[in-house]
Amino acid sequence: MADLSVRCAGVPLRNPFLLASGIWGESGDSLAGAWRAGAGGVITKSIGSAPRPGYPNPTVETYERWGLLNAMGLPNPGIDEYPTEIEAARRAGATIIGSVFGGSAEEFATLAHRMATTGVVAIELNLSCPHAEGFGTEVGSDPGEVEEIVRSVVARVKLPVIAKITPNTSDPAALAAAAEHGGAAAISAINTLRALAIDVRLRRPVLSHGIGGLSGSAIKPVGLACVWQIYEQVSIPVIGVGGIMNAEDALEYVMAGARALEIGTAITFGGIGVFARLAHDLSALLDDLGISRLEEAVGVAHSKP
Amino acid sequence: MRTIVRVTDRILETPSTVTLRFPYEPRAEPGQFVMVWIPGDDELPMSLSYPSTASKGITVKVMGDTSRRIQTIQPGAFLGIRGPYGNRFDLRPRRILVVGGGSGAAVLAPAAEAARVLGASVVVALGATRSSELLFRDRFIAMGARVEVATDDGSEGEHGFVTAVADRVLAGEAFDAVWTCGPEVMMRKVVDSATMRGVPVYCSMERHMKCALGLCDACAIGPYHVCIDGPVFPADRVRSLPDFGAFHRDPSGRRVKF
Repeated sequence: MADLSVRCAGVPLRNPFLLASGIWGESGDSLAGAWRAGAGGVITKSIGSAPRPGYPNPTVETYERWGLLNAMGLPNPGIDEYPTEIEAARRAGATIIGSVFGGSAEEFATLAHRMATTGVVAIELNLSCPHAEGFGTEVGSDPGEVEEIVRSVVARVKLPVIAKITPNTSDPAALAAAAEHGGAAAISAINTLRALAIDVRLRRPVLSHGIGGLSGSAIKPVGLACVWQIYEQVSIPVIGVGGIMNAEDALEYVMAGARALEIGTAITFGGIGVFARLAHDLSALLDDLGISRLEEAVGVAHSKP
Repeated sequence: MRTIVRVTDRILETPSTVTLRFPYEPRAEPGQFVMVWIPGDDELPMSLSYPSTASKGITVKVMGDTSRRIQTIQPGAFLGIRGPYGNRFDLRPRRILVVGGGSGAAVLAPAAEAARVLGASVVVALGATRSSELLFRDRFIAMGARVEVATDDGSEGEHGFVTAVADRVLAGEAFDAVWTCGPEVMMRKVVDSATMRGVPVYCSMERHMKCALGLCDACAIGPYHVCIDGPVFPADRVRSLPDFGAFHRDPSGRRVKF
């Protein structure tokens, strides 16, 4: 059976499938549950400085099996309470990556510093959140801002820092390069696509917040293009996210340049058992293709020398 | 994902509780819930008090701002419905004790009806603050259940809590199962009481929900999610949970005492 273990940003992972931030990550028991179900690592809910209730419902809309639209609004219990949840996941022996979001470089740095003391092995920066001052523009849509945020965080923590890149921009590779320049240990790409649904009978948006983020199979080609372009531009590892539902999707991302993968929306349609299925199926697929170690396949679709 | 329906009927069940009926085709079983969108307002989980017909129903007690607004909804108003979600009551027991408090009867009445259709004998311990708030008392009687009542103010039946009535009934008769729904502190007592006597007991739980799809963790309790592992939970699952009857989560995910 092919070896699925990978090392990403200095973190050894038993398999490349990480639980994506925002799914099952609010409670420590759920993080532990995803770990026990076979995830290679679990990423927490994005945690902020203060508790946030998130937006009122409706906050989700599904499109058959090909998409999920969400405008949750970053609900989270806040950094003061969250360490207790992480503790519950640590007791289960999980490999945990802490996700944080802020409205400024200073806020990101302070949160990352606190998250780093809870026993997580890395920090993932959620750069797809609104400006503290503005409304709607993502904090991580400007390369200069991304570099500043990453630099501030890296100065305050000893753990690897992963920058999660937004696709809602004309040049995601430039954002990734900026993050690398700021000292990021890895890039994860992509976060959700800006999207909207309207109910024609009620003549209003379906979600209470209106605009939300699209995830699931529909965004896989977009995620793949971003990973492809980012891989060509940076030397640090890339983590692929966006519409991975099966082993073939996973291997597409790996061959595009991803060293690890995040799984989120697939859990809606397949349940938490999706981790065991993905690991099993990817091993079988690699065997079929004559690949003995997953790490051998990273970026092979590029005609890089 | 959502079906937009028009409310056909609004029935005042008690001074604090209203049933709304609406056409919704998807098949549902007693115990299951739907997510109800009040356009422009909120979307929240509601158990189906009438799950088994094309005309479905939800029964809402005033608990907070949104339920207060739901109560003002008139026939002709639009609702967005998705679901049904969740699991259902196991209808195999032959002798069932149903213990309802608060608005729990909204969940228990359709389950009891289904059990009666299958020939089970049903005893109902029904509690409320006062006589006028005894939800679905007449519905339980009409289905051929024996109904024992408790009111906080003694205006009808036993003067006290429904848990005391349930204890007395459990001590005097044999049951294959206890079904309970109501304030979680009440359900905890019923679970302990039935378990002590070796009777399987099932609780219909509720938690704040956002997605109802098993994704967002808003309704997480221990290793379970009420939306996909419940809302009906057997005693052996809930008894091991430190949160059961003690804590729930607010919309931010912080643990809050009941």
